[in-house]
Amino acid sequence: MSAPGQGSGEVFHRGIAAPLPLPNIDTDTIIPSREIRRVSKEGLGEALFAGWRYRSAQTREPATDFVLNLPGYRSATILLGGDNFGCGSSREHAVWALKDFGFKVIAAPSFGGIFFNNCALNGILAIELEADSIERLADWTGLSPVDNQLEIDLQAQFIGWRGTERIPFAIEPARRSLLLEGLDGIAATLRRQAKIDAFEEADRQRRPWVYRCDSQTPSS
Amino acid sequence: MAATLFDKLWRLHEVADFDGKEKLVHIDRVFLHERTGSIALRGLEQAGRAPRSPERAFCSMDHIVDTRPGRSDETLVPHGREFIEATRQSARSAGITLFDVNDPRQGIVHVVAAELGIVLPGMSVVCPDSHTCTLGALGALAWGIGSTEAEHALATNTLRVRRPRSMRVLFRGEPAAAVTAKDMILHLIARFGSRAGRGHAVEFAGPAIDALTMDQRFTICNMAVEMGAFTGLIAPDERTIAYVAGRQYAPAGELAEMALAHWRQLHGDEGAAFDRQLTVDSEEIAPMVTWGVNPEQAVAIDGEVPAPESFRDSQRSRAARDALAYMGLAAGEAMRSIRVDAAFIGSCTNNRLDDLRAAARHLRGKTVAPWVRALCVPGSTAIKRAAEAEGLDEIFREAGFEWREAGCSLCFHAGGESFGGQRVISSTNRNFRGRQGPGARTHLGSPLTVAASACRGYLSAAAPVQ
Ligand code: SF4
Repeated sequence: MSAPGQGSGEVFHRGIAAPLPLPNIDTDTIIPSREIRRVSKEGLGEALFAGWRYRSAQTREPATDFVLNLPGYRSATILLGGDNFGCGSSREHAVWALKDFGFKVIAAPSFGGIFFNNCALNGILAIELEADSIERLADWTGLSPVDNQLEIDLQAQFIGWRGTERIPFAIEPARRSLLLEGLDGIAATLRRQAKIDAFEEADRQRRPWVYRCDSQTPSS
Repeated sequence: MAATLFDKLWRLHEVADFDGKEKLVHIDRVFLHERTGSIALRGLEQAGRAPRSPERAFCSMDHIVDTRPGRSDETLVPHGREFIEATRQSARSAGITLFDVNDPRQGIVHVVAAELGIVLPGMSVVCPDSHTCTLGALGALAWGIGSTEAEHALATNTLRVRRPRSMRVLFRGEPAAAVTAKDMILHLIARFGSRAGRGHAVEFAGPAIDALTMDQRFTICNMAVEMGAFTGLIAPDERTIAYVAGRQYAPAGELAEMALAHWRQLHGDEGAAFDRQLTVDSEEIAPMVTWGVNPEQAVAIDGEVPAPESFRDSQRSRAARDALAYMGLAAGEAMRSIRVDAAFIGSCTNNRLDDLRAAARHLRGKTVAPWVRALCVPGSTAIKRAAEAEGLDEIFREAGFEWREAGCSLCFHAGGESFGGQRVISSTNRNFRGRQGPGARTHLGSPLTVAASACRGYLSAAAPVQ
């Protein structure tokens, strides 16, 4: 399956869309803190929405009414969320869990700021769309989730269906190239090393105390 | 052109411009903790990289570390020890300063960064933790990031950031005596919503802000992220400068003179324009408490649980219905009639000395209701010691509170200690579903409200204490 993703260079994605139309779905809900058991970014998909997805955290008995447990939605790759999706904690685990589950695209009227950045850095396309548009997408795909898949074109910047319906979305060029090319952000910045050095040189004159961060008094 | 405080801070840190929107911004300080910092440090290590200026990066053990007396690396958080040990090892090999489990400087990152004078007015600071905005109360540019961005900040001393818009929140007039900083910020978020600050650097201003102590200002800025803001800010004044002076890492001698002159410039110019302004009449603020699962779902404690239909926006009313189901509450119930099982005073929002003093003043000579489990967890080891020197620990203990070591503790549930299934009145910042344990029902309020509710066993506001 082609997907816009980190470094994939692919611009087109087609997949099943799961609706989760609640505002303020926070990162604690996307992945509860108790599910973060390792100093690792891997294998978190199973913990995605654990509080909603499972009747019991221990037995992992599925909560049959949760959208991702409904037939048709188990292989969803697109999430249609509500206002302020991904608000709350900065934990990047929320994005790692969504990604590991298989999500490639999240569309919502608005996102939590840190979450939004974390998405692009991990190859997930977060699209801001009017609530009405999200509703239209959800209505159409909800008629038959497996047949009525959504299409996203990162180059032409639209989300829609059957090549006929096209809802345009905006994305910053920098974010788009991050998604397409999957640049190593650190390497890219280090290409500007000279600029950083020059800044620090001048700043050291201006604000010397910022660069002196040793303890002035011994700790007790 | 007249500049806002944020304009000035931004200008101070701009290294390069990308496309007019994204800038390369200099990062003066990086803070880490064992929950997310461990991952950033390991990621860096695995990429064969090292921090560019390790002397400007700091790490504290706060999230997973146990807070029960006599603690060690053992913690009730499953695999918690692994996080603690990984952090210790990575911090050592990266050469960054670590405030380890029983270090006297240990505490919640956002508390110790200020308390030790590591973060100062005018600095830029990031931490892979959303409540980094707390430090905006110093007039620092402080914001939360993800682990990947933390790696970037460590490796390059910079971050690529899209410049946020500017907002001012003006607290006009004077609040009533019973109203605390926590009530002010909860009132603001309840009134304007948890998205009101989205994409903005929010400067809190006005006479009611000027009148706050530094500890109270930290409470306000701490919750800027709960209104979706990029960060919160309060312009440094003489109170800020007095707070900072003489702290362990603050500049001394000639450098201090230079810094002082610089800090005094850190305020917005007369007539500087903000992209957006919100105004609050402080007289209208009452002690607040939340009824739902988001900080915006809050009312005055004398009020009642709202009816979901009273929200015009259909998403909001559906969210209210879901929240009431989770919280086990019915529309129209008086907030004061809600019985609580537990009370928690702690977190980077409200566990500084001012908070502990306010709660202790109320608790003196009282006891918590027999069915209530009550905990007090100081924000840092230094605060704990200062409180003990004043005898506050005795007051808490005699009232029936557990007196803990410093850390995040039950502000969030990570699989260890839990308020699972209980109703909690809590001085923290998030009442999200399950935040304090599976099925835990959290009501946010000020430390004073927590103390009063603990004693009565029902949600309660405290009468103002002189
Ligand atoms: S006290 Fe709570 S909100 Fe603050 S840093 Fe710790 S876990 Fe986060």
